[in-house]
Amino acid sequence: MKLGLIVNPIAGMGGSVGLKGTDGRKVIRQARTLGAVPRAPARATATLEELVRVGAEFELLTCAGAMGEASALACHLTPTVVYRPASIETTAEDTRRAAREMRKLAVDLILFAGGDGTARDVHEAVGGDVPALGIPAGVKIHSAVFAVSPRAAGDLLAGFLRGRIGTMREAEVMDVDEAAYRRGQLATRLFGYLRVPYDPQLVQGAKVRSRSDDTAAEELARSVVARMDRETLYVVGPGTTTRRIMTLMGLESTLLGVDVILDGQVLALDVAERDLLRLVRDHPRARIIVTPIGGQGFLFGRGNQQISGRVVRAVGIQNVVVVATPGKLASLGGRPFLVDTDDEELNRTLAGFIAVTTGDRQEAIYAVGHGSGNAG
Amino acid sequence: MSVDTGGKVILREHFHQAAWNEPLIVELGRAGRRGVVPPDAGEELRSQVGDVLGGTPVGLRRRQPPVLPELSQPEVVRHYTRLSQMVLANNVAVNLGLGTTTMKYNPLINEVLSRSPKLTELHPAQDESTVQGILELLYRFGEMLSEISGMDRFTFQPAGGSQGILANALMMRAHHAANGQASQRDEVITTIFSHPANAAAPATIGFKVITLYPGREGYPELDALKRAVSERTAGLMITNPEDTGIFNPQIAEFVRVVHDAGGLCAYDQANANGILGVTRARDAGFDMCQFNLHKTFSVPHGCMGGAVGATGVQKDLTAFLPSPTVEFDGSRYYLDSRRPASVGAIRSGLGNVQSVLKAYAWVRSLGAEGLREAAHMAVLNNNYLAAKVTAIRGASLSFADENPTRRLEQARYSWERLAAETGVHTMDVHNRMIDFGVQGYFTSHHPWLVPEPFTLEPAESYTQEELDEFAAVLERVADEAYSDPETVKTAPHRSTAAAPVPRAQEHPAMTWRAFQELRRQGLV
Repeated sequence: MKLGLIVNPIAGMGGSVGLKGTDGRKVIRQARTLGAVPRAPARATATLEELVRVGAEFELLTCAGAMGEASALACHLTPTVVYRPASIETTAEDTRRAAREMRKLAVDLILFAGGDGTARDVHEAVGGDVPALGIPAGVKIHSAVFAVSPRAAGDLLAGFLRGRIGTMREAEVMDVDEAAYRRGQLATRLFGYLRVPYDPQLVQGAKVRSRSDDTAAEELARSVVARMDRETLYVVGPGTTTRRIMTLMGLESTLLGVDVILDGQVLALDVAERDLLRLVRDHPRARIIVTPIGGQGFLFGRGNQQISGRVVRAVGIQNVVVVATPGKLASLGGRPFLVDTDDEELNRTLAGFIAVTTGDRQEAIYAVGHGSGNAG
Repeated sequence: MSVDTGGKVILREHFHQAAWNEPLIVELGRAGRRGVVPPDAGEELRSQVGDVLGGTPVGLRRRQPPVLPELSQPEVVRHYTRLSQMVLANNVAVNLGLGTTTMKYNPLINEVLSRSPKLTELHPAQDESTVQGILELLYRFGEMLSEISGMDRFTFQPAGGSQGILANALMMRAHHAANGQASQRDEVITTIFSHPANAAAPATIGFKVITLYPGREGYPELDALKRAVSERTAGLMITNPEDTGIFNPQIAEFVRVVHDAGGLCAYDQANANGILGVTRARDAGFDMCQFNLHKTFSVPHGCMGGAVGATGVQKDLTAFLPSPTVEFDGSRYYLDSRRPASVGAIRSGLGNVQSVLKAYAWVRSLGAEGLREAAHMAVLNNNYLAAKVTAIRGASLSFADENPTRRLEQARYSWERLAAETGVHTMDVHNRMIDFGVQGYFTSHHPWLVPEPFTLEPAESYTQEELDEFAAVLERVADEAYSDPETVKTAPHRSTAAAPVPRAQEHPAMTWRAFQELRRQGLV
């Protein structure tokens, strides 16, 4: 197997010195001045060490210096260097170029160490073409493409390299607007999906692997479609679960945006809040279909800000349909859903318990908290 | 060997399970070989009897003889004896890790009783006057379970817990139908840590199922239930204590909320081993319940063969019980099948009566005080084991941070820390444990809300030394996970647990013929 490794050496440097992310050269200089040291290379080494320890066999393709080569050499691996950054001060463009080069060389998986920004760059370069896995090394980890630790990344990867793990899941790539974030505001966007190795052991045991969460998601989508009412506007939020609903209906959809359908037809794709308010005003009967986003389980306020507090109020809280498979609920590890709309009173109203459609004639009652999660 | 060594446990380092590399029985033998060759009937008999197949409709006759294994008697004996040596059965290995299943001692004397010709020579279709003894036993055991649960009548027809729960769901529906509300009340509420049959059984007869998720203390909050109930609520189907071993202290409030909404409450007593003689379903307000005789009442587990889901109801619901019921008119016992409100037969006959006999014998041997003592001992064993397990590096008790109260008869633990620190997962630990001659543990029902779960239930019949041995095996494997994870991840090394056929999970085959078909298609 051919493994590509991209290390974003500056990822995570801001965190230790109280900066929120390291996007932008000025911030990096600021971080260095404040005494920040790179942490991503060491974390990449920890993952590689795990692979070496379990005796996994692989060919390693990486970038020169701190972008991967150094991490490999630190655990006595001899990688093939396939990309050299122009300057020691690496940029997002370096990550993207390296990822494209690795796709060209047909690597089986791109392993990258960094944060949300790095995940975005990998996604922008190769999208869903090449499986990928993140080693968490950034300040911000909102994306679901990262293993929980460098060691866990090694564990997962060992399973992948040995062919024990062949299933992929689509995991959200999310990032915040860093400028706003440094001012203390949190606005997260969903940028797309990377294909990540999926180890059912993490959430599901060997006993039910035959009935994967994929099957459950398909059944869930079918039941939602089967129960759709006529002359009712459906505002469909982003997410793989909701996209499946659109696909099942044979409709075009935007992966990251909010789409609107009526009587089995697309009314509008990738709408903004303003459009939503207008459409909802014109249609007395409307529903919102949302699924929790990312590993933190946000229903509103992350990745779907178009469905603002005003939109939810216009549609009516009782017309919010939350969909999630039991596996997705289990993956939240007991944490409640979160809501963080621009309407604090609405957030308080939504807090408590909400009914979640989990399958055909199956519902769960799940807790909803409110607030900005672990944004601070 | 685990003998008294002054508190120090000596593990079975030299254990090795018999490995026979035994083929499937369909792969053994040779065409034409026979275990039994019946004598020729002879001309006279043949002419007397005539064409024995003549009365069988043509459409029901086989066109070709079945493809059965063809073996001699000794081959058959050796085959099954070898297979029996390749399992860590209840009578061989300490088997206290299968939480939610209550693997307690199955008294051998009760096997002798149940194999008496007085029972084995009975037929379900015999005239009532000739089976007064077994009818009396069924009737009296129903009275005993009524006393234990506070219910008024029992049936032993359901052949397992899920059938008992199905009987409860059917009676729930029949009750609402009698009130003209069958179509309105189409929702059953359960909890994610209740046994899965509480969701599955009502779903099979068309109920919509609403599942409550646990709050911070490990059981659902009352407000979650209040969010779930409505005029559509048919009832609540719940296990308590749940599979975490946590007893929902608000259970009476739960029942009240559901009753206020017009629903009924069914108590799945699969986890009753810690509450026998301590608390009763009816006293918490429940309308119906079901016990698994193959768990709590010492009957061996039997793959739906020997199991019994003893199902009881309070008096207002007796009309809905499955038919027939066993009745007593003061002088004789009889079967009553003319019960128009009944949900009908759940299965043929009166159920697995040989298992009811074993449960009856167990209860009679213990008496009321003995049952209570068994429950207390089961809870004591569990909490003794919990103290040992939670001291093991990498292990933790689920919900312990928010809910430090003692667990009842079982507990759900997590290897989350072990997995994060060593990459060794719960199934790896399971596979390594059996190298030390103890039965592996149960992880959890699905979905896994507790990460890297394992669920232990040391029933009352295990000794302190056996609990110590089991804990010592877990501790040893956890130590190995930190020092030598590959040994754990590649286990078992001294056992015969079979690796699954690749891709079998995507293409399950329930019969040999189906498996051959998949193999022909190249799918497995």
